[in-house]
Amino acid sequence: MVELIYQLFPYAIAYTIPLLITSLGGLFSERSGVINIGLEGLMLMGMFVGAYAISTVETANPGTVIWIGLLAAAFFGAIYAVLHAFACITLNANQVISGIAINMIASAVTVYLARILTGSGNVQIIRGLSRQTIPVLSEIPVLGRLLFTQSYATTWLVLLIIAFATFLLYKTRFGLRLRACGEHPHAADSAGVNVYLMRYMAVMISGACAGLGGAIFIVTLSGEFNGTAAGLGFLALAALIFGQWKPWGILGAAFFFGTASTVANVSQAIPTLAQIPGIYLKTFPYVVTLIALVLSSKSSQAPKAIGEPYDKGKR
Amino acid sequence: MSLFAVMLGLLAGAGLMAVTGNNPVEGFLYLFRGGTMNIERIGNTLATATPLIFAGLSVAFAFKTGLFNIGGAGQMLIGGLCATAIGLTFDWPKPILLTVIIIASLIGGGLWAALPGLLKAKYNVHEVVATIMMNWIAYWAIYYIIPQHFKGPFLETESMRIPAAASLKVPWLTSLFSGSYINLGFFLALIFIIIIAFILERTTLGFELKAVGYNRDAAEAAGISVNRNIIFSMAIAGALAGLGGATFYVGFANNMQIGVLPVQGFDGIAVALLGANAPWGVFAAAVFFGLLHTGKGFMSAMTAIPPEISDTIIATIIYFAATSVLIERNWDKLLKLDFRKLFARLTGKKLETNTGGEQ
Repeated sequence: MVELIYQLFPYAIAYTIPLLITSLGGLFSERSGVINIGLEGLMLMGMFVGAYAISTVETANPGTVIWIGLLAAAFFGAIYAVLHAFACITLNANQVISGIAINMIASAVTVYLARILTGSGNVQIIRGLSRQTIPVLSEIPVLGRLLFTQSYATTWLVLLIIAFATFLLYKTRFGLRLRACGEHPHAADSAGVNVYLMRYMAVMISGACAGLGGAIFIVTLSGEFNGTAAGLGFLALAALIFGQWKPWGILGAAFFFGTASTVANVSQAIPTLAQIPGIYLKTFPYVVTLIALVLSSKSSQAPKAIGEPYDKGKR
Repeated sequence: MSLFAVMLGLLAGAGLMAVTGNNPVEGFLYLFRGGTMNIERIGNTLATATPLIFAGLSVAFAFKTGLFNIGGAGQMLIGGLCATAIGLTFDWPKPILLTVIIIASLIGGGLWAALPGLLKAKYNVHEVVATIMMNWIAYWAIYYIIPQHFKGPFLETESMRIPAAASLKVPWLTSLFSGSYINLGFFLALIFIIIIAFILERTTLGFELKAVGYNRDAAEAAGISVNRNIIFSMAIAGALAGLGGATFYVGFANNMQIGVLPVQGFDGIAVALLGANAPWGVFAAAVFFGLLHTGKGFMSAMTAIPPEISDTIIATIIYFAATSVLIERNWDKLLKLDFRKLFARLTGKKLETNTGGEQ
């Protein structure tokens, strides 16, 4: 059993990380008052850009290319998110419909471009990110083996971003203003905050995070863009809700979903788990989210102004 | 009004064709010819439109009660599963089998959507999030149920072929359209357009649903049970999507594939938006999208343009329809607004300056 946990843990972490960073993106957007159903599409855009960037320069420059790919994915994720921001913030569109359009445009355009560029709808990278064992820390009993053996550099990057984001949201003026835009935009406005600008920035940050999440998934787990994010973006959204729109909450929720998905993915290879029908394991995260929504319906921590277009003239 | 969104969508498609080095005029010519050039292709266009009509009606119906059903894909899967399971299990005469299939898919989809409705009514769980979760639960349910119980002879990833008696395809219709996919589902869709229009316009239920959609509190004050109407509305919306699933899996297609959320569930949102949530508007919008989907194969065979261009056009139409979704309430004011916004953008002025004037 202990050996099993040791074996599964690195995979669970690897699965958690893209979810976590995407969920963090959702956190920024929704804390500023803009619903982001489009996480799946933003992730897919990151997957495509990351895979394409890496596959084009891979042979010429094998070492740093993965980081270039991740950076490009985050950048284009942010650019693509402007489309959502423009609809929701400037044009007062229905945020849910805009988010769905973001998902649909991404899944159509990325495959379209992949076909133009590579001839098929897929983009493959030859080498993903390699796992590394951190020298001294891995000697720590139990924890060392769980956390510091065979880990991806991106894992530490994402955890660093989470820590920084928490600091940014709760300890800085920027964070206070951003949260105020999601709770009470008119009050924020009268205090001199440019609600439109804050929301634009938040949605772009969400695009960068989700794009990064998609690219991390490519370089660590899948190695191939094939035109779908397989519901990861929606799982990230579920983690955001399950985690009650808080950084540490989404960390826990993403880890929970990451573990649940890993268990479901490898269940066939492990005798104890193979007895549980896959259907239960796979639907588990979604069912849990529904139950969590019911339980938290009385005390939901959702930002109060979420989903409402901000209208300066309306009080 | 929605023509604006369609035009912008087509324009975006043209732009994408142009920047990727293709000729948009040629592309559109083949795209539209591919959906209309002979009687078979016209039949295919209508056959492709059939599940879209149901998905669009589903979204539009929920919209009338102020609910947003984005669970059409999952409801279609469940409806399709009910239809497939019955079609592959029972060996009854065609009329009986089809009747049972239709009723089962209607009930299956209805119950699948009633749950999010119930959660919304009882616990105030947002139906958008709940239906997304239900979509993925349906996706994984199908993923395991089909290979386990209805596995096809060759591939793990698809069900057995639906027998002729369980298919909505009928020989006379197929030969009338020289071998097209068109099936009885199309007539079923027409019937349900009329039924839904009747419910909305002529019945107490329809009146109550719309009252809840316009103003929840006023409806409550007038003695209408808001909660009951929310559950009803979701159930009916789900039943429509479930029927759409039946027309897709035992009408348009001959078996059920696993690992795919039917795209019609999401296209239904576009269909409803474009059809202004009116039953016959949904019909027109669905036929238009059917045309795009049917023509894309021909287009990509005749040119170097990948077929995903039509999905791009549809997605862009949703995007632009979203930016003018309020049209439904009073589109007079919004039409003016659109022009003003357009004017503001053309002259390079900031849009914020306009928002004060909207009120």
